[in-house]
Amino acid sequence: MKKNKQIGGSTIHVATRRWWPLFLGPVVAAFIIGFVWPFFQGIYLSFCSFKTVSNATFVGLQNYIKAFSDVSFRHAFWYTALFAVTSLVIINIAAFAVAYALTKGIRGSNLFRTVFFMPNLIGGIVLGYIWSMIFDGILSRFNTSIMVNAKFGFWGLIILVAWQQIGYMMIIYIAGLQAVPGDILEAADIDGATGWQTLFRVIIPNVMPSITICMFLSLTNGFKLFDQNLALTAGQPFMIQPDGTTVKQTEMLALNIYNTFYTSSVASQGTAQAKAVIFFILVAGLSLLQLSFTRKKEVQQ
Amino acid sequence: MNGTLSKQRRGKTILSVVMGVVSFIYVMPVFTVLLNSFKLNTFVKTNTFALPTGEMWAGFSNFAKGMTFGNYPFVKSVLYSVVITILSTALILIGTTMAAWYITRVDSKFCRALYYLCVFSMVVPFQMVMFTLSKTADSLRLNTPFTIPIVYLGFGAGLAIFMFVGFVKSIPLEIEEAAAMDGCGPVRIFFNVVLPMLQPTMISVAILEIMWVWNDYLLPALVLDINEYRTIPIHIQYLKGSYGTVDLGATMALIFMSILPVIVFYLTCQKYIIEGVAAGAVKG
Repeated sequence: MKKNKQIGGSTIHVATRRWWPLFLGPVVAAFIIGFVWPFFQGIYLSFCSFKTVSNATFVGLQNYIKAFSDVSFRHAFWYTALFAVTSLVIINIAAFAVAYALTKGIRGSNLFRTVFFMPNLIGGIVLGYIWSMIFDGILSRFNTSIMVNAKFGFWGLIILVAWQQIGYMMIIYIAGLQAVPGDILEAADIDGATGWQTLFRVIIPNVMPSITICMFLSLTNGFKLFDQNLALTAGQPFMIQPDGTTVKQTEMLALNIYNTFYTSSVASQGTAQAKAVIFFILVAGLSLLQLSFTRKKEVQQ
Repeated sequence: MNGTLSKQRRGKTILSVVMGVVSFIYVMPVFTVLLNSFKLNTFVKTNTFALPTGEMWAGFSNFAKGMTFGNYPFVKSVLYSVVITILSTALILIGTTMAAWYITRVDSKFCRALYYLCVFSMVVPFQMVMFTLSKTADSLRLNTPFTIPIVYLGFGAGLAIFMFVGFVKSIPLEIEEAAAMDGCGPVRIFFNVVLPMLQPTMISVAILEIMWVWNDYLLPALVLDINEYRTIPIHIQYLKGSYGTVDLGATMALIFMSILPVIVFYLTCQKYIIEGVAAGAVKG
């Protein structure tokens, strides 16, 4: 259908074709500088030993072996996975509950929506410092700090991202809930369904697409988290391993890669780039999974 | 019947009150920042949640101090943030609308390959390219606030092109054919006919790009020379590094000054922001 239309209009767009330097030129040039070249160079360098980009020597899979045997990297992976799943559950339950309440036609819905979405516009670094002040204000009464206990760091970061992202997911859930046809709800009401029955048997199956989107969004957000992690705890507290290496207990994957690149004392750029490739495969894999999930839903409908 | 109706109404009132309380708790963090920006340094940690009264009161001294805090003028970092955000957003809007229209209408093999590469770039996390990208930007002298928008165009083109292509596909070709019949060339067709129709999507994309660039920390921190050029997030992050102990009162004053414009922007363009964010979320 669309294809036919395109051919029908091709006479005028033959003339467009020669204008590519104007229409495509700037974006293609910037895209090569800002993405294509760094991406492929990044993949190449993950198989090299290097300090600067110009003096790289090929070392095969050595960087990947080093990355996988790095205790701090493995720790960061499991820590990140646990964090992402925990934040997914908390954010989605809270966001759905708020969205459900705000679509009940209660007084002040618009005001509440405005308030809940607001933290989403504040940047990760600023958020980190706001919450580190609040947590330290509370914890200093018990003579402790968010930097000394990894449990505080974990739950502190969970509270921070929940505060930031609940409003965002709420917007998507509200759109989904408003699209549930009114006559289905009426039918359920006439059939004598209780509030909970309507929620679990009628409403939730109808907003499944929104739930899928929000779950994957919060999962990938959790995996990619960097600014908030850096500003809140920066990986503190540190623990020295028996073999002399340091494991930063609240360090997530993105921060671990950053630290391997820029703050590690030994030359480890190659290992860092290999970690970055592993990280990319992980995040891209999650996105592919999401795509296949949403496609499946479309087929069913 | 009457009983259930009044019961429903009471339920709604209770829900409204509960939501009111939750909203109040929700704005507390921002309110706490404001409170502490008026406190003397030593009281921020010990009396975080108290009102800044009596001996705690610092007046506006924190705000005055915040202006030159961290060996870097705050105004300068605001200026660089504004310049980078405006230039990057403008460049992305102009560049990607043109590219998206060309990709959809010419529809050659190269165009399709480019489109799929753009979609692919959306799932690549920044850590994957950060080292090589910052080195490339350095060697091409893109490391100033006036040239870094090119880097933003390159790394941010994917989402924008994806959104614009989706919209251009829905524009009927007849409009452009009519313009061509009237003797318009491709350049005039694009700027006089297509571009005005793209406006709603342009607003959504602009909101997403503004929020991204304004709050972005890592990309400018790696690309720019941070002794010379600092954006607001870089400035705030480096407060900690520049002193042994940080003046928390002045930090809070700085943080309040940096989130105030964001909140004003949000309250004035709320409708567009929420729509734009929702449009960007459903990209999968």
